[in-house]
Amino acid sequence: MVAKPGLDGHDRGARIIARAYRDAGFEVVYTGLHQTPEEIVEAAIQEDVDMIGLSSLAGAHKYLFLAVVELLREKAADDIVVCGGGIIPDDDIKKLKESGVKEVFTPGTPLDDIVKWVQNNVTPR
Amino acid sequence: MNDNNIVEKVVAGDVRTVARLIRDIDDGMPEVREVLKDLYPHTGNAYVIGITGAPGVGKSTLVDQMVAHLRKRDKTVGVLAVDPTSPFSGGAILGDRVRMQRHSMDPGVFIRSLATRGHFGGLTQSTRSAIDVLDAMGKDYILVETVGVGQDEVDVVRSAHTTVIVVIPGMGDDIQAIKAGILEIGDIFLINKADREGCDKTMSDLKLMIEMDQKKYDRGAWKPPILKIQAVFDKGVSEFIDEIDKHARYLADTAGGLDFRASKTKVRQELGEMIKARLIEEVIDRLTESGDFERTVESIVKGKIDPYTACENLVLPIVS
Repeated sequence: MVAKPGLDGHDRGARIIARAYRDAGFEVVYTGLHQTPEEIVEAAIQEDVDMIGLSSLAGAHKYLFLAVVELLREKAADDIVVCGGGIIPDDDIKKLKESGVKEVFTPGTPLDDIVKWVQNNVTPR
Repeated sequence: MNDNNIVEKVVAGDVRTVARLIRDIDDGMPEVREVLKDLYPHTGNAYVIGITGAPGVGKSTLVDQMVAHLRKRDKTVGVLAVDPTSPFSGGAILGDRVRMQRHSMDPGVFIRSLATRGHFGGLTQSTRSAIDVLDAMGKDYILVETVGVGQDEVDVVRSAHTTVIVVIPGMGDDIQAIKAGILEIGDIFLINKADREGCDKTMSDLKLMIEMDQKKYDRGAWKPPILKIQAVFDKGVSEFIDEIDKHARYLADTAGGLDFRASKTKVRQELGEMIKARLIEEVIDRLTESGDFERTVESIVKGKIDPYTACENLVLPIVS
């Protein structure tokens, strides 16, 4: 699932990622803009996804990404892998990865690398 | 988890169990057959509405509004939104949720996206099983949304209590094109985006087509109403739900009742399709496992045998 949490109206990146995933043969649920972490987690559970890719370009990634990780844990759905992408400083990436975000992709990462990472690190149940 | 446990949890409405079961159905896991057998006695209570139409006519937006109206009427709702699989990569972007996300926190609503995939056995069978799961889960209404192209998609909505065809103004040629196929299965027709130019023309086109069957209606058959709506502004949606209610009463009173499990026509249709899907699955599995399938492909490609004879050679020993 590709999701856009929070008040960030820029979804071109998210849509390009969704397209790359589709071209790699994944089924991608796209949630659209302005989602709360609660909505994202509920949707992920209803769709029974293997992975959530969160996109944030507006600076609130730490709060939003970690809220998703925390909610998944609460709902005993933390087998769902959480990844992030966007304009995210190195210090924050470290913090996010320590707190349960499996990987963070920053601008300039080739699409192939992202797809490959998913193929290598996310196992369908 | 054992089967009884799964059935219990589905009937109790456990979201994770339902979500996982639908995935297993979609993945064609053989284990789910036992679960579906045990779920069957818990089905037959939901009212199923199929919504179809060309891409971009506003089906997802309409479904979103329908959910809102049904919730206002204190009904619980399950949604199955089917999107096409890319024939090249096998992947799919399932974007119907974008229009429905405001309902994602409502425990009375369960939304699930499905890709058409194109596996043997097909969409029809897995979607039908998914409908059964949402039915057993206790949803009052189940809305199934598909793009109205391809026989599979048409069959899916056809198995609904009420089949809704959505068009938009100016689709004159498209109406011509789908006339023979999906137009004759519609119980209710909606012209969405009715503020657009050409609405009256589309209305008269549809009317003309429907009224060609006037004799049928004179004998008491359901005459499909045509409604102008603007789903995005929630105009006409409530009236549309009222029409669904009317159609439901018609089915209940005159057309043999709402429980399709007791209808010979429906059971005949469903059993036939189930047999077809199961047979194809079993035969293809067997031929793939033994390697005969690939060997035959090789022989045809090398010109050693024609595909007609090859097919006979593969199928006849199995069925005779």
